[in-house]
Amino acid sequence: MRDGAERHHILTVLVENKAGVLARVAGLFSRRGFNIASLAVAPTDDERFSRITIVVDVASAPLEQIVKQLDKLVNVVSISELAPEEATERELLIATVEAGPAERGQIVQLVGIFGAQVVDVGAEAMTVVLAGAPSKVDDFEDLLRSSGIVELQRTGRVALPRLRGRR
Amino acid sequence: MRITGAQALIKSLEMQGVEVVFGLPGGAILPVYDPIIDSPIRHILVRHEQGAGHAAEGYAQVTGRPGVAMVTSGPGATNIVTPLANAYMDSIPLVVVSGQVATGAIGTDAFQECPITGVTMDITKHNWLVTDAEEIPQTIAAAFHVATTGRPGPVLVDVPKDVSNAEMEWYWPGSIEDLDLPGYKPQVEGDPDLVRQAAELVLGACRPVIYAGGGILKARGADALRELAERTGIPVVTTLMARGVLPDSHPLCLGMPGMHGNYTAVTAMQESDLLLAIGSRFDDRVTGKVSAFAPGAKVVHVDIDPAELGKVRVPEVAIAGDARVVMEKLLEVLERAGIGPAGSKPPAGSQAASRPDLSPWIAQLRGYQERFPLAYDRDPGSGALKPQFVVESLRDAAPPGTIVVAGVGQHQMWASQWWHFEEPYTWVNSGGAGTMGYAVPAAIGAKVGRPERTVWAIDGDGCFQMTAQELVTASAERIPVKIAILNNAYLGMVRQWQEMFYEERYSEVYLSPDLPDYVKWAEAMGCVGLKVESPEEVGPAIDKANSIDDRPVVVDFRTDAFEKVYPMVPAGHSNDDIVVGPSAGEGGR
Ligand SMILES: Cc1ncc(C[n+]2csc(CCOP(=O)(O)OP(=O)(O)O)c2C)c(N)n1
Ligand SMILES: [Mg+2]
Repeated sequence: MRDGAERHHILTVLVENKAGVLARVAGLFSRRGFNIASLAVAPTDDERFSRITIVVDVASAPLEQIVKQLDKLVNVVSISELAPEEATERELLIATVEAGPAERGQIVQLVGIFGAQVVDVGAEAMTVVLAGAPSKVDDFEDLLRSSGIVELQRTGRVALPRLRGRR
Repeated sequence: MRITGAQALIKSLEMQGVEVVFGLPGGAILPVYDPIIDSPIRHILVRHEQGAGHAAEGYAQVTGRPGVAMVTSGPGATNIVTPLANAYMDSIPLVVVSGQVATGAIGTDAFQECPITGVTMDITKHNWLVTDAEEIPQTIAAAFHVATTGRPGPVLVDVPKDVSNAEMEWYWPGSIEDLDLPGYKPQVEGDPDLVRQAAELVLGACRPVIYAGGGILKARGADALRELAERTGIPVVTTLMARGVLPDSHPLCLGMPGMHGNYTAVTAMQESDLLLAIGSRFDDRVTGKVSAFAPGAKVVHVDIDPAELGKVRVPEVAIAGDARVVMEKLLEVLERAGIGPAGSKPPAGSQAASRPDLSPWIAQLRGYQERFPLAYDRDPGSGALKPQFVVESLRDAAPPGTIVVAGVGQHQMWASQWWHFEEPYTWVNSGGAGTMGYAVPAAIGAKVGRPERTVWAIDGDGCFQMTAQELVTASAERIPVKIAILNNAYLGMVRQWQEMFYEERYSEVYLSPDLPDYVKWAEAMGCVGLKVESPEEVGPAIDKANSIDDRPVVVDFRTDAFEKVYPMVPAGHSNDDIVVGPSAGEGGR
């Protein structure tokens, strides 16, 4: 996921909250030969709609084509395309790491530096959570790896346009 | 008024003005077939659901109204997948209603369950699985709205059996807002600034060509096209999907471009400095090798589907809008610049007065037309029956307004090349998908839509064998279509490619001229069957066929198996590599 992060684009797609809509959106990507790097779906404040945040790694010309094709889907209400520099992006990581009594201090320190949280502690492991900019989440993940990861989940990005210029 | 979902469905079709439905019943759609008995809607019982779909498409192509087909769940629904894919490629408004197993059984691999909305997701403009009888009127209204507006296309409405059986309170959606389509917003009006930019390019072009596509027919824009061509003096190529949009006899009509287009149409585009692509989509069968297509041309691309703009070729001016609306606006802008009715002189001092003179360009094209007309060996000596001769004979004997329907293969290309299309909506074929077997059912649908017209299908022997059973439907329903089989005993188009590109290694393309016996087969299906083996028999057989109007006629023309379609741009080559005939070698230049 982190290779070619410069070339990634973020599409936020407002869709009708109806059965099968995610399949239509995801299916369109495969049909037109695009790879989805990450995808996150959630309801919006209006219960009729959901927002799908899709990260794709592509050159800009074919991206225009996929945006136009997406726009043709009857259940797609609107699409906005965010260049990474114009977006505030966040991602959530949740990981269970090997941590016996001897290693706990080290992990807790890392958690402190990154502003993460310890959400569960067992005899030989602990579970930590970090929400942050994707690059920060990448760094955190790398450092956790050296401690030994039991299980790890990332949500994929969600994003909104930056407010630059707006007051 | 409380009625069942099934009754609501049929009533909704009536509200939409549907006059005919092509279909075949089965378990899951049974409830919907019951109220058909009491409905003024004519139901035509096909012999295979593929026939229902293609008949509905043929009906839509000649009438401009949506075609409607109805099928049962599972295999009934999968049998209509090919027509849906075909309608998607050719932008044909097609509404398919399919039965589905009861909602409680969905997902259990129930008898005749098939997730047809999933199967057809990528080949429909949209589809719906109805889960509540209350939704039926709204969904049917939405389905017709989506199928017929914007870029037309196929839709499918899947109706579970329990939903059809359930009762609901009848209503009919009053307006488009009631259809609950918040994401559906076709762009019809072209951006006026872009139209002005297009006009500037028109006024400055020395070698312009209008590249007219099927979208103009969909937009009912033939009159606007004619006006545009005549006022500006710009010649027009009519793609396979647009044959007839400007009469072939019109002095500005150059005919069909593309892989089997004529030399002048292909070369005019190659040498043009401005292509006005209207309702056309730069299909690979038109462009040849894209990087070598019309290399010196600026492009104005008008299409109602924004996704077509820049998909293949990046235009200088990209106008998202309805072809007719945009052409009318362009005409207004041009009028203000001094381009008046055809033949009128631009006022002195107007922008049009200083427009480049197109006559050298037109003269150049006339030269091509004289040097490289469409041709075939009219006097082969061997006595072989040339398929092009059959098409010409059919054409010359056809009553005015005859509708021609084709299958897919060599015969399709000969029909498109050698017929003279004088009216829009008189040519029905499968362009984008190239669906063998299209002709017989599509001809039936065309005849149902235009019963006053003669309908001739020009079919291949291979194609005919794929859907011939629908002639039983035609006989039973008294739909007197005429089928000319150009029987070359081969899957001829494939044979041609094997001859030209696979060193004459013929692999699985031979069919046999007389297995099946087409005359007997025709007769068994309630048709008149005729056989023609020599050029002398052609005229009398066609006259006989034209005189029969109470049943379908099938004429088995035993044509020359070795004839090839020319001109030809080999696949993947530049259009400059056009080969005009068997003896021309590297082509005209
Ligand atoms: C359903 C389908 N299968 C295969 C093909 C590939 N194909 C294109 S043309 C052709 C031959 C058609 O044979 P026939 O109907 O006899 O027409 P001819 O070319 O001989 O005129 C074939 C097999 C196709 N277009 N459609
Ligand atoms: Mg054949």
